[in-house]
Amino acid sequence: MIAELSHYALVLAFVLAVLQTILPLWGARKNDLTLMGVAEPLALAGFGFIAFAFAGLIASFVRSDFSVLAVYTNSHSLQPLLYKITGVWGNHEGSMILWVFVLGFFSALVASLGGNLPARLRANVLGIEGSIAAVFLLFILTTSNPFLRLSPAPAEGQQLNPILQDIGLAIHPPLLYLGYVGFSIAFAFAAAALIEGRLDAAWARWVRPWILTAWIFLTLGIAMGSYWAYYELGWGGYWFWDPVENASLMPWLAGTALLHSAIVMEKREALKVWTVLLAILTFSFSLLGTFLVRSGVLTSVHSFANDPARGVFILAILILFIGGSLALFALRAPVLKQGGLFAPVSREGALVINNLLLTATAATVFTGTLYPLVLEAVTGEKISVGAPFFDRTAGPLLLCLLLVMPAGPLLAWKRGDLRGVTERLTFAAGIAAAVAGLVLWLTQGGPILSAAGLFCAIYAIAGALIEFSERLQLFRIPLAASFSRARGLPRSAFGTVLAHIGVGISLLGIVAEAGWSQERVVALKPGDRIAIADFDLSFKGLYDREGENWHDRLGRFEIRRGGLQVTTLEPAKRIYLGNQPTTEAGIATFGFGQLYISLGEPMPNGAISAHIYWKPLVTLIWIGGMVMAIGGALSLSDRRLRVGAPKPARRMSVLPAE
Amino acid sequence: MTRRQRRLTLIGIAAIILSVAAGLALSALRDSIVFFVTPSELAAKPIEFGARFRLGGLVEQGSIVKDGLNVRFRVTDGGANLPVTYHGLLPDLFREGQGVVAEGKLNSSGVFVADTVLAKHDERYMPKEVADALKKQGHWQGEHKPETGK
Repeated sequence: MIAELSHYALVLAFVLAVLQTILPLWGARKNDLTLMGVAEPLALAGFGFIAFAFAGLIASFVRSDFSVLAVYTNSHSLQPLLYKITGVWGNHEGSMILWVFVLGFFSALVASLGGNLPARLRANVLGIEGSIAAVFLLFILTTSNPFLRLSPAPAEGQQLNPILQDIGLAIHPPLLYLGYVGFSIAFAFAAAALIEGRLDAAWARWVRPWILTAWIFLTLGIAMGSYWAYYELGWGGYWFWDPVENASLMPWLAGTALLHSAIVMEKREALKVWTVLLAILTFSFSLLGTFLVRSGVLTSVHSFANDPARGVFILAILILFIGGSLALFALRAPVLKQGGLFAPVSREGALVINNLLLTATAATVFTGTLYPLVLEAVTGEKISVGAPFFDRTAGPLLLCLLLVMPAGPLLAWKRGDLRGVTERLTFAAGIAAAVAGLVLWLTQGGPILSAAGLFCAIYAIAGALIEFSERLQLFRIPLAASFSRARGLPRSAFGTVLAHIGVGISLLGIVAEAGWSQERVVALKPGDRIAIADFDLSFKGLYDREGENWHDRLGRFEIRRGGLQVTTLEPAKRIYLGNQPTTEAGIATFGFGQLYISLGEPMPNGAISAHIYWKPLVTLIWIGGMVMAIGGALSLSDRRLRVGAPKPARRMSVLPAE
Repeated sequence: MTRRQRRLTLIGIAAIILSVAAGLALSALRDSIVFFVTPSELAAKPIEFGARFRLGGLVEQGSIVKDGLNVRFRVTDGGANLPVTYHGLLPDLFREGQGVVAEGKLNSSGVFVADTVLAKHDERYMPKEVADALKKQGHWQGEHKPETGK
């Protein structure tokens, strides 16, 4: 009964979404306030029905109702409750429901928080959100219905893929979707602006909090997904340049560019047309990601579906929205007024370079991701484009970006003082060169790219700190005075500094992991000892452990450092029901580094193979991501950026605002 | 600077950055892409010795020989087969009769020396390249559950 009701709720949600598309857009065109006014109740009701369907699906999973096909193929009565729930989106149908649930959530947020938006803008934005929801609901209803029944109902389910039976599934997809789909609001605002032909600083002020919100979630989602892959797959890697990972990286790169160009637009009314184009591109990348993952054109850790009808449908959605919005852009962009002027050396100029480098990086990632697909479609030749390609393209571009990054906040709007900025950045570069030189000397050299990366990372962090101390006039005025200046600074100033430091921190982790990791592949018998970095590992033997729906064959390692036992690690081969094995890595954190042991198969002579890694500073990769997100959240909490705040920013006394 | 000069400066910077990106991408595409080949394709059109490529097919029944961390096996697509050696830990779902993709180079005696071995992510899924290769050789029995699989 629940499944049928939920299915019915989805159909109703689809009907409401169609109404939410047509009525407000028509009303905005005819300037009919009544028609425009129906957008909010429709968005709220639509979200209610989607939420009902989502809850219904969760209930079917929790109750292990195997008469529902999706439950049968992805759940098992012995699975822990958490994985019964997360299993809801651990499959194609359920993950699409989560997708529209998040979309409905954002529409409902705009409807309830957008009270101070001009009526036409609000109607257009909600209308476009409605059209996205309508199309995706139609996709679910026609090709991916999660409420299909099985008759007779099987007694037991096939269980969720063991790799997905992890807390990561509870966190990574929801965060990622909040990011992906969150950018639909920026897209809707862009399309609305094009429809109205009106685009001003107020528009940028309205859309910025939404961009920032989506960006924070996407940043966290990617960081979380990377850490999950790192500990779950047992390969010791945190990023594989898998097309599906790239699919999340492209909207992040474009979204980061958008975040910055929207600032220029709000403060200086420049880069208007570009900002609109970026908003369209960012969500287009989100849609492309959905297509790559959900259409079955690739197989990866993430793709569940293989039904060609789905691929064609999503491709049609892709063409409709990307093609439609770009056509709208081509038609209407010339109508938009040109914005403010600025000298090439200015904060605007630095942000333009930021935007160019980010979009160029996104373009190279796009090329590397789609080239194999296109080549295969055209010539039938199969190739793979992997890490070497991206290291050589995205790598140098992002390092250049890091060199420009600290200059942005140091430069003034409109016309900057190049000499002053160069002096300060030379200081940062000096510190970075000294530290990088010292590290290279202490570790007896490293590859040239590691050295360059190390330099860039420290330079970025030092640059951000120098910019911040400039604002506080640290050491030039008494400390107490600096402190009171800090209290007077807007939160977004702290946000910028933190986010920029976060980038440097992540890079530091990436560089250290790539340049100074150690690894050993060994065959061990109980009692064997092995040394890696300054650790001494002794293998104690193999033991058994039982879980709710799995059985571990674990290897126990005692870890000594400087003669003292510091910890015990128990990497395992875990066998799930139905004899499906996974590798459970044993990981111990020391400082920011991690000791990582992945267990292989037992050998006939009683030995076991193991892959042992020491990865210095590796946790900084994800900590940096979190610092970026915290920076974003601080900016978001700034009252001048309060969601929907329509009033002009209150200028902060004598301090430069940004 | 006039408006025109400013605009030209911007366009110039944009052109430089975009052409650097395009140059990087083209040179990387020339040097760092890896071809996917099946044993039959290799037999029909040999790959020069020392070039990196990906080999895909099924692990031949009864071909796995393990010696400590060294593993030898043969990859077959039903038409031809190729001996492979690998040193290291094998993926969880590496089994005889199952799909596998190995990346590496041929050595002088015609053995494929793999440095990476990938198998399926779970019980229900076959690497796409392998499925296509098997279809080509007419040895495809169909996936028993195309709906799911990770």
